[in-house]
Amino acid sequence: MADLVSKGLTTCEGCGMELIARSILDVLGQNTIMLTPPSCSAILTGFGSETGWKVPAFQSNLENIAAYCSGISVALEHQNKTDINVVALAGDGGTVDIGLQALSGAVERGHKFIYVCYDNEAYMNTGIQRSGSTPVGAWTTTTPGGKKEPKKNIVEMLLAQGIPYVATASVGYIDDFKKKVAKAREIDGPAYIHTFSPCPPGWRAKPRDTIKIAKLAVDTNLFPLFEAIDGEVRVTRKVRKVASIKEYLELQGRFRNIRDEEVESLATDAENYYNKLLESEAK
Amino acid sequence: MGKRVAISGNHSIAEGVRLAKVDVVAAYPITPQTPMVEKVADFINQGRLDAKYIAVESEHSALTAVVGASVMGTRVFTASAGAGLALMHEIVGVASGNRLPIVMGIANRSLPSPWSLQADHSDSMAERDLGWIQLYAASCQEALDYTLLAYRIAEEVRLPVMVCIDGFFLTHTTEAVDLPDQADVDQFLPAFERGDIYLDPDDPMTINQLNSEATFTELKYRHNEALNSVVDLFPHVAKEFEERFGRKHSLCTAVGCEGADVVVVTLGSSSGTARKVAGQMRADGQKIGTLQVSCFRPFPKQEVIDHLKHAKAVAVVDRSWALGTDGPLAQEVKSAFYSAGLNVPVYNFVGGLGGRDLSEATVKRVIGKALELKEQEEQALYPIWIDVKEEAK
Ligand SMILES: Cc1ncc(C[n+]2csc(CCOP(=O)(O)OP(=O)(O)O)c2C)c(N)n1
Ligand code: SF4
Ligand SMILES: [Mg+2]
Repeated sequence: MADLVSKGLTTCEGCGMELIARSILDVLGQNTIMLTPPSCSAILTGFGSETGWKVPAFQSNLENIAAYCSGISVALEHQNKTDINVVALAGDGGTVDIGLQALSGAVERGHKFIYVCYDNEAYMNTGIQRSGSTPVGAWTTTTPGGKKEPKKNIVEMLLAQGIPYVATASVGYIDDFKKKVAKAREIDGPAYIHTFSPCPPGWRAKPRDTIKIAKLAVDTNLFPLFEAIDGEVRVTRKVRKVASIKEYLELQGRFRNIRDEEVESLATDAENYYNKLLESEAK
Repeated sequence: MGKRVAISGNHSIAEGVRLAKVDVVAAYPITPQTPMVEKVADFINQGRLDAKYIAVESEHSALTAVVGASVMGTRVFTASAGAGLALMHEIVGVASGNRLPIVMGIANRSLPSPWSLQADHSDSMAERDLGWIQLYAASCQEALDYTLLAYRIAEEVRLPVMVCIDGFFLTHTTEAVDLPDQADVDQFLPAFERGDIYLDPDDPMTINQLNSEATFTELKYRHNEALNSVVDLFPHVAKEFEERFGRKHSLCTAVGCEGADVVVVTLGSSSGTARKVAGQMRADGQKIGTLQVSCFRPFPKQEVIDHLKHAKAVAVVDRSWALGTDGPLAQEVKSAFYSAGLNVPVYNFVGGLGGRDLSEATVKRVIGKALELKEQEEQALYPIWIDVKEEAK
């Protein structure tokens, strides 16, 4: 298959987001319009006369990528061009914080588009500041003593809104991610995939550990993999043997000063949430 | 032939949108713009306009969505007012910087605070330097005609246009309006053609990406050239419009300016009031002229200079707060005069804020004060708040 993202991009070594971008176009192919907001994914949209995309692309603002998707999607509908995929590739900050209103509005209106959030758990492009998606205990430049509040769960918010397709994914299990992108394409409405995406410089982690960390996030139940079609939850990767949260945390310098009770709260929340997902699956 | 109807300014713009056969509309309601977008939604619902209406969750998303639809090669419309336009601010520059021929109806409303539902130009004036064309209508007929002119000019120069009408004074006032025939409009305004930028998998390009100083200035320079070219283009398009529809429109409209003791310069709905007062005074033997500026961006400097250079004094009425300096209209007139080396006194009057009527009495006070200042050869360094109540002083 033709490579629709250029080689030699200036993302960092071990960047999860880049793998997500390549995987999206591996699945969707050429008939796709990509949008990126200010964030690390804007690196792909490029600078000056250079671009990383071999498909049409648009650089959005930080808070309105879903509103651009709305206008593009409706225009395509008006032109009877129904075979073109409209894809937003946005960071966690541009999604769960400043972009939440536009996303919620676009989902409520039911436009056909695919929204992939790569969750690197902070504002990385501006130099590692906390976002609503930063987990408890993580160091960022604006949480120098570690974040006190738990991570915002955007997927549950969208589920509550009745979105036709929502899924979580991780760059640690890229085939699972690709399957979800393929499903999202078939949905006649909004589809959202929240994708765990390690960021070595932002997490103070080794580039070679990106995949390992991304697998551990799933295997510790900190980031369970599931999807919901019309609200029907299905856990797409069952965790038989829960991996060690300690090992996960120790691979990342951002958790160097995490307190014991914070580790405990992470573990309890993870277990409870995973069980809740299994229960809703059983229903 | 078209037909004559009695409709409000809001409905006039909506009729313009219908006749322009817009493809995609995205809007968020705000007083006094609401009936404008309701009427458009109604046209679509009745099947009289084959368009999609995106009922977005905010004004920020409204302008964003029409930017998205415009880069897909569709003709688009949005509308706002006051705080809603302020919320769009970030995207106002995106629309013009990407050279998109978007038309936006503005039901002028004062910006908070204090909160006001009513007219002044503080909302659209806050956006005046972001590279849009700005037209200010003085009647419901102008509201309709400017909407059609807006699409035609926008698509020729690839720039967005704000068609501004004063909240309530025009938005909610019913006047007789000549509605053109669809066939004539189709002749005047050809089917939409996409410009140089678009999102199309058959011809991929990346749009709106980060630029460095190596290209930024040049892109802005070209944007500015395109905007300024409207001063030359407008009269040609207006001539074609006149030939087809029988109505004359200009960048600015002068009455009795030649050798006038005072010319009153206005924007928007108060222009009619000023013309009426000046006409009565001329009938009484006084030399009073008026100049209605219809195109505020680009500012038609030469036309304004030509109309005003033989006046003995100029009274510029700004229906905008002018906190800390002159009102925006007076700034333009003074700047044009200085560039042309004219030594005609220009007095700036601020009035009609937050919905206060710019009444005949107020216009008379403006003229009286200007004559007095001229007589006494006095300068007024800062604007004169012509209708402020004594108790506030
Ligand atoms: C309105 C606005 N506010 C702030 C910024 C500055 N800014 C650019 S990127 C960014 C952080 C984005 O974080 P995220 O969405 O998580 O993406 P990441 O940088 O992590 O890839 C911020 C705050 C902006 N571009 N626009
Ligand atoms: S800072 Fe993180 S998210 Fe951004 S390019 Fe580098 S690795 Fe990727
Ligand atoms: Mg981020």
